[in-house]
Amino acid sequence: MALVDKIGQSLTGAPLVLTNVDALIDWSRGQSLWAMPMGTACCAMELIAASFSKFDFDRLGSFPRPDPRHTDVMIVAGTITRKMAPAVKRLWEQMPEPKYCIAMGNCAVSGGIFYYDTYSVVRGVDEIIPVDVYLSGCPPRPEALQDAVLQLRELIRSRSIAQGREYDRVYTLPLPGGERAGTTDPGRAEAADVLAGRRPKTGGDE
Amino acid sequence: MNIDELREHLCATYPDLCPLFSIEFGDGVLIVDRGRYWSAAKDLRDLGFDRLGMITAVDGIDDFEIVARLTAREIGAHIFLKTHVPRDEPAIETLTDLWPAADWQEREVYDMFGISFRGHPDMRRILLPDDWVGHPLRKDYRDERIIRRPDYI
Repeated sequence: MALVDKIGQSLTGAPLVLTNVDALIDWSRGQSLWAMPMGTACCAMELIAASFSKFDFDRLGSFPRPDPRHTDVMIVAGTITRKMAPAVKRLWEQMPEPKYCIAMGNCAVSGGIFYYDTYSVVRGVDEIIPVDVYLSGCPPRPEALQDAVLQLRELIRSRSIAQGREYDRVYTLPLPGGERAGTTDPGRAEAADVLAGRRPKTGGDE
Repeated sequence: MNIDELREHLCATYPDLCPLFSIEFGDGVLIVDRGRYWSAAKDLRDLGFDRLGMITAVDGIDDFEIVARLTAREIGAHIFLKTHVPRDEPAIETLTDLWPAADWQEREVYDMFGISFRGHPDMRRILLPDDWVGHPLRKDYRDERIIRRPDYI
């Protein structure tokens, strides 16, 4: 189903666009991804640069807004320590649905250089919140972050709002000896299949 | 007071420690035993060491070594004031009454090494969560969550 099914004229001669609510909402949601900047380390410098005039993420509709209740996507840019983890979790829970997460940089993806021999670092933010887009780099350049935002936009448009979103596990704070969660969102796997053409789209535009 | 006068004064005050003390380049080390730590720090402050740069500790397996770096801005001299703390009784006097900057530094030493500072106004952890078990910079710290880097060679 395309976003615009038909452009024509009504009986009275006024211009008319036919679409469906599902496609329109999925499309518009992807155009206005206000970001919750969770900058905890050096990746935040690239995140800041992305907002300013040279890269200008405002033109993508991605606008930093330091209030979880106003934002759609949390960009975790930096190392998450075990002391910071409860704060990240709490901010995530304050964000209204639908909400998405970009893990920016190696530390947020897997712990990065702090994976080994470190007592205080969470090995990837997906241990505490579900992640939609993983962006590697140490740190990634703003162009890479731009690509991540566009990937997320594609992911949103490939997933109908009618389906909602399900998590196949309860995201908890890391406990001593807890096992690593990894990639767990089934909606993301489905979206990857859709984007690769392995399964038909169930909603949204084409 | 210049550096020569400072050295003479300190050698007169601490005759047994004079060989350990060299301040020719404006940088000295003064190693005192545990009982004289606070009084030595007070002497140095009264001599003009008005700035406490840092307090840290070293785990020497047998005991801990407390290291405080002091600066006398008028004289242009730095001193490492060191003392040893036994492992079975890790406690030492606080320096917060001499330099208020010692507050967070001593909390960090307590956090990482488990050395408590007597007389400190707020002796609790500063970097790690309050419910953390153990003190990570001790050589005998064990944590099952740590993943050891494999040997590739």
